[in-house]
Amino acid sequence: MSTPILARTAPPPPRRRVGTPLTGWLYAAPTAIFVALLFVLPLLVVGKMSISDWPLLGGDKGINFPDNFVSAVNNRFFLDSVVFTLKYTVLATILLIALGLGLALLVQESTRWKGLLRTAFLIPSALGLASASLLFYVLYSPLAGPFAELSKATGFTFLGTPDAALWSTLFLIVWRYAGFYMLLMLVGLQGIPDDVYEAARIDGASRWQTFTGITLPLLRPTLALTTILCVTGSLLAFEQFYILTKGGPDNSTITVVQLIYNVAFQGQNDLGVAGALSVLVLIALVIINIGQLRAFRPADED
Amino acid sequence: MRKHNRSRSPFRVVAGLVTAGILIAGVAGCAPTSTGSGDAASGGPEGTDDGTTLTLWTRAPLEKQAKLLVDAYNGSHENQVELTVVPNDDYVAKVGAAAGSNSLPDLFAADIVYVPNWVQQGLFQDLSTSIDGLSFKDSINQGHLSAGTYEGKEHVLPFVLDLSMLFWNKDLFEQAGLDPEKAPATMEEFADAAKAVQALNLPDTYGTATGFNCGGCEVFTWFPSIWASGDEVMNAEGTESLLNGDNAKEIYATWKDLWDSGAVLPSSKDEAGPTWTAGFTDGKVGLMFYPATLLSSTPFDVGVAGIPGVDGGASTFVGGDGIGISKDSTHSPQAWNFLNWMMSEDAQVGVLAKDSDATSRSDLADNEYSSKDPRLITINEVAGNGDTPVAINFQQAFNAPNSPWLTLIRNAVLGDGTTVDADNDEITAVLQQ
Repeated sequence: MSTPILARTAPPPPRRRVGTPLTGWLYAAPTAIFVALLFVLPLLVVGKMSISDWPLLGGDKGINFPDNFVSAVNNRFFLDSVVFTLKYTVLATILLIALGLGLALLVQESTRWKGLLRTAFLIPSALGLASASLLFYVLYSPLAGPFAELSKATGFTFLGTPDAALWSTLFLIVWRYAGFYMLLMLVGLQGIPDDVYEAARIDGASRWQTFTGITLPLLRPTLALTTILCVTGSLLAFEQFYILTKGGPDNSTITVVQLIYNVAFQGQNDLGVAGALSVLVLIALVIINIGQLRAFRPADED
Repeated sequence: MRKHNRSRSPFRVVAGLVTAGILIAGVAGCAPTSTGSGDAASGGPEGTDDGTTLTLWTRAPLEKQAKLLVDAYNGSHENQVELTVVPNDDYVAKVGAAAGSNSLPDLFAADIVYVPNWVQQGLFQDLSTSIDGLSFKDSINQGHLSAGTYEGKEHVLPFVLDLSMLFWNKDLFEQAGLDPEKAPATMEEFADAAKAVQALNLPDTYGTATGFNCGGCEVFTWFPSIWASGDEVMNAEGTESLLNGDNAKEIYATWKDLWDSGAVLPSSKDEAGPTWTAGFTDGKVGLMFYPATLLSSTPFDVGVAGIPGVDGGASTFVGGDGIGISKDSTHSPQAWNFLNWMMSEDAQVGVLAKDSDATSRSDLADNEYSSKDPRLITINEVAGNGDTPVAINFQQAFNAPNSPWLTLIRNAVLGDGTTVDADNDEITAVLQQ
């Protein structure tokens, strides 16, 4: 997904013939090999798995075409996990985009604390998601966490009820990713030329008018990028729930990818059904991403 | 804004695929299996001790025992065993991935409840000839041996027995005015003792503890109550759940009463397993159903008894791990040398009993160490009355983090307790898959 910023800063190079077609193939080969080995091949294996009877411990036992998909859809957590994943995605996307934009504006406006603020917001992004989840696991722990006393006194636990578990996880995600989205937004904001703002000021536009009339429309490509990243990332949420809640309490926080993992490795041990679920998720993601790209297409492009 | 055109649909499909596919691809990566070579019996009844390096995998809860055994073996043999300890939750995934890519270690241990399934899937080599050659075969723990027997062939020996026992903190019992030398004999007495300790109102100290989000813990500690009451938990084939009997319901009700009265460690509600015994080990819990393997690492004076049923009786879950030679091992005679030594008196008494662990051989239950500690005799005696349930879908029905068994106990104890029959049907449905 290229952004218009890139498109603007890189003028099309003059077409020139360099070497033979073979040289061209050689240039493309490293990327092509990587894509084939690390993307196309696993994708084909998952496809094969999804139509095969393939127990984790027993290996490939031959074609089992529609059955895997029937079992996948009939899994007792299928619907719950889809609903929960969508709910989580909507909440995470709204929070992250709004906060990312808000922080970016704050950092851009503030001159004195700019460096400090920018660094402070960005630091959590330097931590891997799994490490961050473990950190919060301890933080939320009613036994060992710093809030253990508070939990004991009030009876409240961070991961004890379905809602608390969802919001506790969302807090972790916001903490971990807000800075990253702020950075993307900042890049977008800095791509908006100053003269547009100057023109607005001359015209006497208020701050709010400037924001809704200039910043938001000109930020559209960045918003598209961040929304797509955020939606796709949230739909594939796994580590945070795997580490923090394990799908609990009472199976209330099972995401789709977690369901795939559970079917493959925790109980059913059926790679065929897990593969079928993965293929369904892949199809859903392709459709959702096409929809998003359409929705964010600049209005004047048609 | 500058307009930019590009061919739309194909690009987007590819972009979507790239965005979506990379994470999913992680699940892939397994190849069909083939059966390994080597016959464990070819090295004779003792196996071969020729300086081969063997690999052994086990899961974290039995790390201590596994290390002791491996160190003792390495110190007295030419063969050297390299031990790999895997976190409990990741063990099945790791074994599964290795089985798919034919890279299992020479020896690996498995939670005894998974053994029937894994043996059926062909992960272990047939050890019948070697095991039949053991003079003490009849005194090897039958629960473990039969879990590893498939179509009349034995594949697995007991690695470490882990028995669930009733442990009580004698100091807290005394403070609560209970007899520190006498075990609660029924579920009711158990509940009364927990409430008595709770009534001391000591800071951070609770009557009892368990793991309400840990299917394995509850299997391990609640099934014995049902057995001790004279009932079964499943039919003999392991395809029908019988966890809605009157005694079972009585046991859930006792726990619900304990939970509602505040005599259970509050963090038990979300306890998923990693720290379910921590409260007792810290001396902050009066009495609990507890793994006997932790006897030696419990630093204060504890009493030990079998787990009681509704009207008395005593039983235990004969858990722990079985061990066998993997289908991928090319060092079967050498691996058998380890297994043969592991079953010997040197290992059973000299290593396990010395560490206050139960022996896997009933003929060695009375030994120099158990005669010093009557609690070990209790453990070994109750082991004889214990049980090891067998079901092909055991993991999915009981141990998995989203198992229907967890739903049952959470509804029965933390909820209103009216859905036991429906939840029990759900377990049966999973067992029959």
